[in-house]
Amino acid sequence: MAVGLQHFLFVSAALASLGVIAMVSRRNAISILMGVELILNAAALNFVAFARYGRPGTETPWLSGQIFGVFIIVLAAAEAAIALAIIIAIYHHRANINADELNELQR
Amino acid sequence: MHAQEAGFLWLIPTLPLLGAAVNGLLGKPLQKRWGERPIGAIACGAVLLSFAVSVVAFLRLLGVEPRVLTDRVWTWFHVGDLEVEFAYMLDPLSAVMILVVTGVSSLIHIYSLGYMHKDGGYYRYFAYLNLFVWAMLTLVLGKNLPMLFIGWEGVGLCSYLLIGFWFTDTQKAIAGMKAFITNRIGDLGFILGMFALYWGLQRHGVSSFDFETLRAAAPQLAGDQIFGVGLLTFVTLCLFVGACGKSAQIPLYVWLPDAMAGPTPVSALIHAATMVTAGVYMIGRLNFLYSMAPVALGVVAAVGAATALFAATIGLAQTDIKKVLAYSTVSQLGYMVLGMGVAAYAAGIFHLMTHAFFKACLFLGSGSVIHAMHHEQDIRKMGGLRRHMPRTYRTFLVSTLAIAGIPPLAGFFSKDEILWQAWSSPHGSPVLWLVGALGAGLTAFYMFRLVFLAFWGECRADDHTKQHLHESPGTMTVPLVILAGLAVVGGWIGWPAALGGSNAFERFLEPVLGGGAAGEGAHAAAHGIGAALVSTAGEAGAGAAAHGHAPLEYVLMALSVGIAATGIALAHHMYVRRPELPEALAQRFRGAYRTIYNKYWVDEFYQATVIGGVRGLSRLLGVFDLAVIDGLVNGVGALTRGVSWLGGAIDRYIVDGAVNGLAWVITAAGSQARRLQSGVVQNYVLAVFGGVVALVVLMRFFH
Repeated sequence: MAVGLQHFLFVSAALASLGVIAMVSRRNAISILMGVELILNAAALNFVAFARYGRPGTETPWLSGQIFGVFIIVLAAAEAAIALAIIIAIYHHRANINADELNELQR
Repeated sequence: MHAQEAGFLWLIPTLPLLGAAVNGLLGKPLQKRWGERPIGAIACGAVLLSFAVSVVAFLRLLGVEPRVLTDRVWTWFHVGDLEVEFAYMLDPLSAVMILVVTGVSSLIHIYSLGYMHKDGGYYRYFAYLNLFVWAMLTLVLGKNLPMLFIGWEGVGLCSYLLIGFWFTDTQKAIAGMKAFITNRIGDLGFILGMFALYWGLQRHGVSSFDFETLRAAAPQLAGDQIFGVGLLTFVTLCLFVGACGKSAQIPLYVWLPDAMAGPTPVSALIHAATMVTAGVYMIGRLNFLYSMAPVALGVVAAVGAATALFAATIGLAQTDIKKVLAYSTVSQLGYMVLGMGVAAYAAGIFHLMTHAFFKACLFLGSGSVIHAMHHEQDIRKMGGLRRHMPRTYRTFLVSTLAIAGIPPLAGFFSKDEILWQAWSSPHGSPVLWLVGALGAGLTAFYMFRLVFLAFWGECRADDHTKQHLHESPGTMTVPLVILAGLAVVGGWIGWPAALGGSNAFERFLEPVLGGGAAGEGAHAAAHGIGAALVSTAGEAGAGAAAHGHAPLEYVLMALSVGIAATGIALAHHMYVRRPELPEALAQRFRGAYRTIYNKYWVDEFYQATVIGGVRGLSRLLGVFDLAVIDGLVNGVGALTRGVSWLGGAIDRYIVDGAVNGLAWVITAAGSQARRLQSGVVQNYVLAVFGGVVALVVLMRFFH
């Protein structure tokens, strides 16, 4: 059985689902961040898969997807850096990084 | 002929006005800080200065021809064609008036310094008195009818203020109101007369109230009619109603006796010497109108003669020293009006002047007595005062002789002139003379009754008062002496031709008043009133002038002096030689005595008819007001309340319901919606994810 586009999409969907589950179910901000990373990577995997196999029906490789993949990796790196910096700052401030307790902005 | 300008005339009335302003506005602190002296000094100084300016103006007037000085201060108002100036005019008539007013006022101001001593309202008194002098001077100096009217109302106001000066005494306050209201009734006539006159003049294209213009335009009005009567008759009668109020003639004289509630110097100045003569002055000022309205003249003469006699009879039985003098004033004013009514204007003004001297002296003398008697005014409790108050007695006696008409005192000349004219003038008649002469006899009687009761015989006062009897201080006796002197010599300037004089007074007034009856005849002839009138008036007037020295004049003169002497002798007999006689007579003629003692019940009559009528009408109107007008108003109010209640209900339940319901819906929706926004990011993510899944599924099945 050759590996086709569907397999990649399944993996990607599974990754994204795991990411959402991580985001929704964890209280720890770092765990949530990890869930976000999973979703980003699922998206990147989709782009790359589509670049390799072309759009359904045409079967023509498509370079734009590769470039998106690179962008997503860069953005994810930047995002992780900023998010971690914020989380460390909050930790310094409150010795606690539980997302459901960080509700000052609600008031 | 152009009247000469004299730019200083405005000073004459304005100086007292300034005095009134200073004392009225700053008087209270002044009196508190420095006592009475500065108040008195300001008031007397203002009037004395005004007197000095008046003398200067008088001398100036003697040097100009024609004898008129004017002072236009500013244009008061300008409506349509009518331009009324705020202007003063000095002619012989107003010259006489300002000299009398400022002269007598000065003396009375000085007298008041002593009389009002230690009165809490000292500053107020002098402010009012100065204000009065201003109003009176505006009245006599006014160049046009509205100016005269300012003064006319001003003196009425000051009279009210001063009669009710001691306003804590309700009786006195009421007397002030009575004077004011009675005067207002007269003023209504005055205003109507003024309007009717203007209406008449308008129809001839004349639009002015200036006395000079009126004089020139008056002949054009001769044939005019209003309400079916002669316009001039209507106008002059209306104006005479005003004069009746101001000069206390029948039927409006009732306020003057009550006006004696004011301080005595006020009675002397306002209610004897000056204000009450305003009506006489007004007739003299408008003599050209009256001369053309013989009917009105007849009414004036009849009212004057009737008042002279009527008031004299009331004076016979009064026991209050000031009331006697008040009725005497009413009676003397009757003589002046009688003089006016027979077109002997100069004689009327002459009597006005001499009366101002001797009546002011009499009032001030009575004030001096009252002062000494600790405010006792009942002559039955006086007596023997001549020993204690020699100066007051002597001046009082001189003035009494003057008012009785004993030659050669002032009253003789003026009263005799009026009586002579009442007989001989074309408008006169022997009946008028008889009434006047009778009144003169009564005057002599009751005035000497007063003298004998108050100054002769034994003192009937209680012991305490007796011990404190004293002559009044110099500030009070000096004006008395001066006025008594004037009461002696004041008449000499009108020494009649019949007694070898030149009648200088009448000749001086000729430019304004015409040459008495003869001049009036000529006036009528010149302006061509009905031919018959001209011939009779002209002939009679000429006759009077030609036979000026007729034996008749001497006979009448002797008769009137004889009547006066009889009156005096009778008074002497009844009150000195046989003091029990008056009581016996009063018993014998009980009805007559009670009638005059109660002043013919005129006040009661007015109370029952006019005042009762007005009250009844007011009550009726009050009921109407309460029932109908108030009912309407209240009904409308109730209706409005009902409508408002309905409106309120709609507002509360429907409009508010809609607004609140909307708000409630939004609140409810909001409280549901806020559940969505829990603030827990995970929920949102779940929702987003669920949404994406839903979208995908939807696109899958419905695309």
